Parts: sequence; C-alpha cells; structure tokens
Amino acid sequence: MHIRLEPRGRRSTAWAYGSPLLALVLTLGTAGVIFALLGKDPFLSLYTFFVSPLASATGRPELLVKAAPLVLIAVGLSLGFRANVWNIGAEGQYTVGAICGGGVGLALYGDGNPLTLPAMIVAGLLGGMAWAAIPAFLRTRFNANEILTSLMLTYVAQQLLIYLVTGPWRDPEGYGFPQSRLFDEYSTSPVLIPGTRLHLGVLVSLIVVGLGWLVLAKSLIGFQLKVVGQAPRAARYAGFSERRLVWFSLLLGGALAGLAGLFEVAGPVGQLTPSISPGYGFTAIIVAFLGRLHPVGVLFGGLLLALTYLGGEKAQIDLGMPNAVTGIFQGILLFYLLACDLLILYRVRVGQRAPAAKAA
Amino acid sequence: MVAAAAGTAALLQLTGIVKQFPGCLANDRVDLAIQAGEVHALLGENGAGKSTLVKIIYGVLRPDQGEIRWRGEPVHIASPAFARRLGIGMVFQHFSLFEALTVAENIALGINDPAERRDLKKRIVEVSQSYGLPLDPDRAVHDLSVGERQRIEIVRCLLQNPQLLIMDEPTSVLTPQEVERLFETLRRLSQEGRAILYISHKLEEIRALCERATIMRLGRVVAECDPRQETARHLAELMIGNELRAPAHRAAKAAGKGARLTVRGLSLRSDQQFGTDLKDISFSVAGGEILGIGGVAGNGQTELTAALSGETLAERADSIQIDGKLVGLLGPGARRVSGATFVPEERNGHGAVPAMTLAENAFLGAFRRLRLVHTGLIAAGQAAAFAGKVIQSFDVRTTGPAAEARSLSGGNLQKFIVGREILQAPGVLVISQPTWGVDAGAAAAIYQALLDLADAGTAVLIISQDLDEIFSICDRIAVIYQGRLSEARPVRSVTVEEIGLLMGGAHPETGREPSHAHPA
Repeated sequence: MHIRLEPRGRRSTAWAYGSPLLALVLTLGTAGVIFALLGKDPFLSLYTFFVSPLASATGRPELLVKAAPLVLIAVGLSLGFRANVWNIGAEGQYTVGAICGGGVGLALYGDGNPLTLPAMIVAGLLGGMAWAAIPAFLRTRFNANEILTSLMLTYVAQQLLIYLVTGPWRDPEGYGFPQSRLFDEYSTSPVLIPGTRLHLGVLVSLIVVGLGWLVLAKSLIGFQLKVVGQAPRAARYAGFSERRLVWFSLLLGGALAGLAGLFEVAGPVGQLTPSISPGYGFTAIIVAFLGRLHPVGVLFGGLLLALTYLGGEKAQIDLGMPNAVTGIFQGILLFYLLACDLLILYRVRVGQRAPAAKAA
Repeated sequence: MVAAAAGTAALLQLTGIVKQFPGCLANDRVDLAIQAGEVHALLGENGAGKSTLVKIIYGVLRPDQGEIRWRGEPVHIASPAFARRLGIGMVFQHFSLFEALTVAENIALGINDPAERRDLKKRIVEVSQSYGLPLDPDRAVHDLSVGERQRIEIVRCLLQNPQLLIMDEPTSVLTPQEVERLFETLRRLSQEGRAILYISHKLEEIRALCERATIMRLGRVVAECDPRQETARHLAELMIGNELRAPAHRAAKAAGKGARLTVRGLSLRSDQQFGTDLKDISFSVAGGEILGIGGVAGNGQTELTAALSGETLAERADSIQIDGKLVGLLGPGARRVSGATFVPEERNGHGAVPAMTLAENAFLGAFRRLRLVHTGLIAAGQAAAFAGKVIQSFDVRTTGPAAEARSLSGGNLQKFIVGREILQAPGVLVISQPTWGVDAGAAAAIYQALLDLADAGTAVLIISQDLDEIFSICDRIAVIYQGRLSEARPVRSVTVEEIGLLMGGAHPETGREPSHAHPA
C-alpha cells in the first residue's frame, strides 16, 4: 500500500473548519491513551478533565474568567498573524501591562480615588504597547526578526516582575513573601455577577471580539493586514505601508495583552506576584490558530483552552495528576492542529503506486 | 495519414488522446502525427489544450484514453526520463537554470553518467558550434542574455541526440535577430532528419518556419494545414474561431494637451542582486498619446514600472511629474490620487490577490480614487457595484463580484484588472505587458479599451516585450536596454529592424552590436 499527499490546488474551506474539530478528536484520543498509560481509567479521567469542570454552577463562570485573558490576547495576535507579523511575546506584554497597571494601583493605594481603576487600565494598555514597540522598532529599523526579539523580551519582563515584587514593591506586611500588597477596592475591577469571579475584563474581552471582527471584516486597516499577509507585492502596489502595518500589529497585540495582564491582576489575582500567568500569552497563540485567526473563532478557541486549565486543576485535585498535564494537552492540541491543517491544502491518497513524477 | 498510406510509420503518432481535468476537458480525442524531419507547428490560443498535449508527449501527464505510437510501436510514456530515452527532448518556455553556476555546470546537473560528464565541455562546444549556437561553457549564467540562456536549454537537449525536439513558445523572449538565428538552427536540425514540434501563437513565425500545422481550439484539433499556403489572417480565424477584430486604427493625432506624465533624469540603483539599475531615464507622454517602451525582458522594465507606480521611490521629487505635480517622493497612494493608475505585469499576487473576491480586488486598486473608505470602514456595497461595472464593461467571464480572483482564467483576470484601472478615468495609465498570456479575443478587447482611453485624453504608457503590440497601437516607441531608454520616436518612422537592433543594445545608425551578442 502506498500513501501519498496530493495538492488540492486550492484551499479547502470545509477542512479549514474541519481541521480544528479533527484535531480535538485526535487530542482526546491521545489523552485517553496517556491517562491509560498513567494507570488511570481513561474514560473517568477524560470526564474529570473535560466535563466535570462544567458540571458545577461555579465552574461555568470560571470558564469565562479563564477564557477572558486568552481571548483578549488572541484577538490581537490573530490580526497580526494575518499580516505575517509573528508576535510570540504576548506573555511579556501581558506581564508588563500587569506591572504598569498594578504599579498605578499600588501608587494610589489607599487614596480612595474613583479614577484609580481607569488609570490602571490605561497604564496596563500603554505598558503592553510599549513592550511590543521594542520588537516593532527593531523589525522596522534593523529588520530584526520579531519572533526572536518579542520572545526574548518575555523573559526580561518576567525578571522585571520578580525584581519588583521581591524588592521595591514587596508587601511591607507580607512576611517577606515575594508579592505586592493586595489592591484596595478602588483598584480592583468590579464583579459583574455577585457570587462569581466574573470581572470587568470578561465583558471587555467580549467587546474586543466584536471590535476585532469589525476591524478585520469591515475596516481599511483590516483589509490592509489581510493583503500584506496574502500578497505582499499587491500590498505595495496598492500603497499599503508594511512598516505601518508592522507597528499597528505589534502595538495592538501589545495593548490587548497588556490589558489582559492588568485585568488579571486587578481581578482574580488581586495583587502582583511572580506567578500572575499560567502561560496565557503562549496559550493564546494556540487559541489564535485554533480560532482560524478570526475573532469569533478565537472566542470558541479561548473557551476550549480555558477548559484545559480548569480540567488540569480538576485532574490535580481529583486524580492526583501533575500540573504538567495541562501543558501536555495544549501541546498535543497544537501539534494535531498543525498536522490537520495540512488537509486544507492537500488530500491524502491511498493507492498502489504513484503515477509518473511531475516534470523534472 | 500521408505517411501511413505510404507504408512508413510516423515518428510520433497520437490517436484519440483524451485528458480530463476537474471541470475541464483539456484534450478531446486529439490526433497528431509528426513525421521525421518536419517542423510541425502546434497552434492555438491559451487554454486550447496545447500545453496539456505536450505534457502528455513528454511524459509529465498521462492521458485518460488514446494511444501513442513511437516509430509505429505503441508506447506508454511514463515519465520525462522515459521520453528522453525514447528520443524526445523539450525546451520549456521558462528556463530552469541556476544563475550562479556556469553553463557547463548547469548542463552537468542533468547528467548522471560520470564518463559523460568528463568530456562535457568539449561536447558542449562541439554541439553549440555545429548548430550555430555560440556558447562559452565557462560563463556564469547570470551574465548571459535571455537568448543565450535559451541556447543552454537547446544544447542540453541536443546533447541527448533527440529525434523529436519540442519547443514551447521559444521566441517570446527573443529579439528579432535572435529569432532569426534560432530559426536557422531549427532548420538545420530538421535537415538532419530530426522532427521539431513548435508551439506558438505567433502566426508569422509559424508561416516562416513550419511545414505542417495542427490547430487546436477548446481541446480539439480543428484543422491541419500547410501554414505556408495560408494567410496569417486565415490561421488566426481558425485559431480563434470567429472573425478577427482588428483594433480600430488611430488616425495620427497631433499630441494633445501637453505632457501629462513627465520623467526627467530618473536614475535608481536596483536593490536586487541581479536587478538592473535605471540610468538617466527621460521621456514624456502627452494626453491622448500612447507611448510604447519595448525591450527584452530583464533590461530594467520591472524597475521602471516600480519607480513609476511609486512602489520604489525616486531620489528626487522632480524626477517624475503627473499632470505637473512632482510625485517622485510620493508613494503609490498619492500618485493614484494625483491621477495615475497602474496595471502591473504580474496578475496574481501583484495586480490582484488570488484568494480575495473580485469586489475586494476592485477595492484594492480603486478605493483611493473612488473614495470607497468612509471613516476607516470599507464601502463594500460600492466596491461590489464597481466590480460589477468592470465585469460588465470588460466582458469578464465570471460568476460575479463574489468570485475569487484565482477562479478566473488569466485572460479574464487581466481584463478585470485593466478594466479596474481604466474605469477610474485616470489622467495617466501605466500598463505593463497588457496582453501577456491573454488569448486573442481578450487582447483585442484590451487594445480597443486602451485606444478609447487615449482618445478620451489620457496619457498611456505601455511597457511590453511584444513588438507587434507596440507597433499596432502605439504612437511613439522607445526601447529600454540595460537600464537606459532610447529616444522615443514615432512608430511610423521606425522599422522593426531598427527597434530590434536597439533591443540588442546596438545603435541603428552605426549598426554596431555589443560584444556579448556574438561571442567568437
């Protein structure tokens, strides 16, 4: 038997949407095998991981809380990825957004100023933007690859956060723990529905999905992003400036990542600590591709990946599994997604022998 | 047929060849017989099925039905390697040469036998001399002209001693002098008893060179004839299938309102490794006038087009003027607003985005002049309406504005892009290779549209490698050679011969040719 790939000659729309679903099914199957190898009942484990988090009334809002930062970041990344601007450092922009916004909150601690939270939001947004401006400048000025520069800046941001919470911003009443003091009520984002942890960021992320769709589908700048990604020469022909689009993509991605970071510390976390992110900035890359670089798709992708975080916690508590199981799931999902995306451009043929090769 | 009746089998005989592609019957019961020693033309428009048939003969594709006989024996040509073993050689339209390697190294790449490789240089010199194809095996390919590169491909074929040589549109990149030299070589090959299958849509060439012609239309053989006995007009009618519409010829007009496009002292260094620098280019085009810039590919046309459209900026603002406005330092958007529109040479990925709809592609080129953006948002309805207008006015065969650009055939997409730029009522139109890869019907429509546009007062600049095109619709002609532009002269006062010499870098007054065209 002989298996080969044959170019379709055009993108398959059916597989563009089918690929994430197939990847999900394959991920579940592989996860079951891994659970079995770990000596757990695969069906019970899968149930614990993917269903039980949603079975409780507290679990469902929690899914939105986890999805909010993923969706916020991934909408920004999707627009940039459309233009082939590969911002891999959203994690760093998230961290700097949290530092800047959180810093404002700490500076105004105890003032009772009602403008504290708005000021924090603006500071978080600008902080993420400023961090993303560095790779934008390096790319447009020196043609430095933004994949490398943005990724490396992530670790710089992480070190900066650790320095601040172990040094100048350490909670004076915190018994030396590496964390800032808890934000006061004026620097904490309000809870939307009492009894849940649904915060302002969840609402903002839904609005951003709508705005992202508007930009991508209806606006000139969204059109420019798509053209420069699909046909750079056509973009130059139409007079679209690649420099401007690189700046726009990175600043937008940075701003939304920074916003996500701020909402996370001003909401669920409530203070600055070295572990304000379970890798949201990196997971958002999977969300963006899973969502087909489309804001509405990103919403669904964000919910699915949020479920892996909740499921991972459940599996730790109920089944005694290591925390790494979340990362493994996310990795397997991305792996299968990239593999299944091959089917968008190629079809698999099973037959005896390949016919004559194409012209030499 | 004739030969079969005489009792000798044809060199190659195809009977009832059928090849079906999804949604397109590319070859429909095609018969073709080629005798040893004949120069046989395969004539047809784009999409007539010529390329498919040739790929079947050369073993790239396999037919769904039909029989192939080689010297009377049925054969299954499973691969190009098998075709070469039979004695079939092919020179492709687009060369596959490594620019950084020498002639001998390029040819050696196709040869596996070490013994053969050892005395390769000697054999290259022998073959190239005996067929009038001068080639120095030690020259690097990037130094060679297009004509010389084609010689490499021909010599590469001849080293395998083929009995049938397939030439796919071989003259599209050559100067008239180079064409003449190629024809001498082909005639010599045919005298030795080798058959040549010559694919072209240039009728005069076929009448000058070929003894038999098979004419294809829409996948079928529609006629077989002796082209020397037919008029070019009759051949064209057979090929196109209806009465040929010649563009309404323009009366000589006094240049109208003065220069609308002026280029003065434009010099630009190319940023590409093998690009051409533009050197002190000056010309102007008046309203109502069509200026043609001829030249062999790779002499600065790409760079000049980019400099005019604003994709590359000039060094000085006054290098380029559109309707008196200095635009040398302005980008493509500002130049469009100033009154110019542009049709680039490459349709896919440059003039249009293949995966986007026609409405989106209409927006791409027209949103600035037609003001299709309101407060940052795209006026999608207006863009679709404009696309519909282009489709209707230019008879673009498609399902409508929602069709993706890549679903259109080359000629239809070209009509769409040309239409998009013309219907914006530009003061200046710069159009590159207006009919490249376009069938004769679409070409006639494009010519007529360009003539009408000029009559309406637009300054039209055509950059083309097709001299027939320039001579048939332009008022004046200039030639670009190695980044320099000759003085523009009225088409009526120059001969094809003179232009051919300019294209080869010689000055017609002295008849001097540059040294590289005739290596010793």
